[in-house]
Amino acid sequence: MVGGVEKGAKSPHKLVVENATKFYNTKSGPLHALDNYSMTVGDGEFVCVVGPSGCGKTTLLWSMAGLHGLTSGQVTLDGEPVVKPHPQIGMIFQEANLLPWRTLDKNINLPFEIRREKPDAQWIEHLIERVGLQGFGGKFPRELSGGMQQRAAIVRALSFNPSVLLMDEPFGALDAFTRDEMNLLLEEIWLETRKTIVFITHNIAEAIFLSDRVHVMSARPGRLGKVFKIDYERPRAIEITTGREFFDLVNEIKSEIDHHPSGAKKGRAQRVAREAVS
Amino acid sequence: MVDKQLRDTIPEFGKKAGAGDGQVGVGNMSGLSSGPGARTFWEIAAIVLVAVVIIGGAEVTLRLLAIPSYILPVPSEVAVALVTDWQFIGPHLVHTLIELFSGYAIGASIGLLLAAVITQFPFAEKIIAPYILVLVTTPMLALVPLLMLNFGFGYTPRIIAVALASGPMVMINSATGFRRTDLAKIALARSFGANTMQIFMKIRVPMAMPMIIVGLLIGSIFGLLTAVGAEMVGGGFGLGNRLTTFSSTIQMPQFFAVIVVLGVLGISLYVTFFLIGKKWASWEA
Ligand SMILES: Nc1ncnc2c1ncn2[C@@H]1O[C@H](COP(=O)(O)OP(=O)(O)OP(=O)(O)O)[C@@H](O)[C@H]1O
Ligand SMILES: [Mg+2]
Repeated sequence: MVGGVEKGAKSPHKLVVENATKFYNTKSGPLHALDNYSMTVGDGEFVCVVGPSGCGKTTLLWSMAGLHGLTSGQVTLDGEPVVKPHPQIGMIFQEANLLPWRTLDKNINLPFEIRREKPDAQWIEHLIERVGLQGFGGKFPRELSGGMQQRAAIVRALSFNPSVLLMDEPFGALDAFTRDEMNLLLEEIWLETRKTIVFITHNIAEAIFLSDRVHVMSARPGRLGKVFKIDYERPRAIEITTGREFFDLVNEIKSEIDHHPSGAKKGRAQRVAREAVS
Repeated sequence: MVDKQLRDTIPEFGKKAGAGDGQVGVGNMSGLSSGPGARTFWEIAAIVLVAVVIIGGAEVTLRLLAIPSYILPVPSEVAVALVTDWQFIGPHLVHTLIELFSGYAIGASIGLLLAAVITQFPFAEKIIAPYILVLVTTPMLALVPLLMLNFGFGYTPRIIAVALASGPMVMINSATGFRRTDLAKIALARSFGANTMQIFMKIRVPMAMPMIIVGLLIGSIFGLLTAVGAEMVGGGFGLGNRLTTFSSTIQMPQFFAVIVVLGVLGISLYVTFFLIGKKWASWEA
């Protein structure tokens, strides 16, 4: 199912994860979070990773972002190993993760302050307009709704024009309507910018709606399960999510998560999957 | 707070540390500011009215009961003393302020610096913590006689006492602030390539700011207490010295005039830090 992982620097893929294994040191001994996980992401591809809660999705994404190391295996970007945060990688965290003591403008400016670079004002203004945040620059995060905070986080991650965007359940805390809205917005932005995106979610419908390919991760330790290729034409409309075909696909992915042999609590995986369908 | 050792190196997912984990903010550091606070004309009018009733009531009651001035002076006498005898009070206020500000500047900067450094080294912090606690809980006033023995009766022993009293207060509160960890925010800065110093300046310091301001406030109040107390112990100047002098010569209106000055001084300290908090830490209300 998965395209074989090519070794060496001449990979045709933008982002390659090779046999990623990670143990955390905990008080009760090593905790196996990620097991021999491999995946490839093509240039400009939109890939989603779905998996039950606590299966190691964030662990995987953080290693892709160079935020923490792997116990074994490696991540490469354009053939170069990622061992520390990379300027070509933008990260969107679980929850918007804006700094509450900074206004939106100052939050968006943070990457440039840290890199001591001049922000590209025109590009940022375009992004702000694109997500509909004009006029909110002077506001503090607490003055904004969750959806607006997430929009600001998207602007911040794209502000320095990275070629790769890693998104960790960015819309998990939003209500269903806002989530649909954000999904449409994200697709539009992706069609416009053609960033390489890895998007993590435990919402199967969201994963199908957004991605070119859906990777299923097993319960902890996270292993690669099936990979589903999604062929809906773009731009996609929210209406496709109500079709029979879509529903069947959700169920197929759901059963893939449910039936994955692992020590995981089954009830939890089922609950996650049901949420996705509802 | 078990995961202190992991700070900065190993991210902890799922848990939302730092998001208001039982912290005291500037917005709720005391009963005075945690309440809604007076805003409208009527609320302020009511506060003034209460003051008038209390002061006027005291005036009338003391006069009716014919309490002699050397036991408890009426408020009007105190007010008159404050104005007419200001020449005997004002210069001493200056002495007290000099001791307070110099001692506080030294104590607060050392306290702040120590808090910032020590919280970056959890092991060192564990070792030092009990000693800081001793410094915080021991009334530094107790050392004043010894300090005077060693440093004479000038400013020096008082400044040292103020520094010793305010420093640990600033330190212990700021340390609580610096110890707050929000790994997602630190990871955010790191994802932009931030180094340790940048993480400290752009994430840790702002995150600690509400607690730092609380510490600076408490430290300043403790500094004032200690300055006045030290002045009462010895040396012929300062507001504390005025208190002992006026009471021993039974100049009660003057004595209470000094109390009024001290009260105003304390409230000014409070208001100053309250306003600083409003400006720099209002995001955490
Ligand atoms: N810093 C850490 N130290 C120890 N264990 C950790 C650490 N971070 C995560 N884990 C554990 O590793 C496993 C995988 O965590 P991870 O956050 O990657 O899961 P996830 O799939 O992102 O979960 P969720 O859907 O809840 O976000 C979990 O069991 C978690 O408790
Ligand atoms: Mg996660």
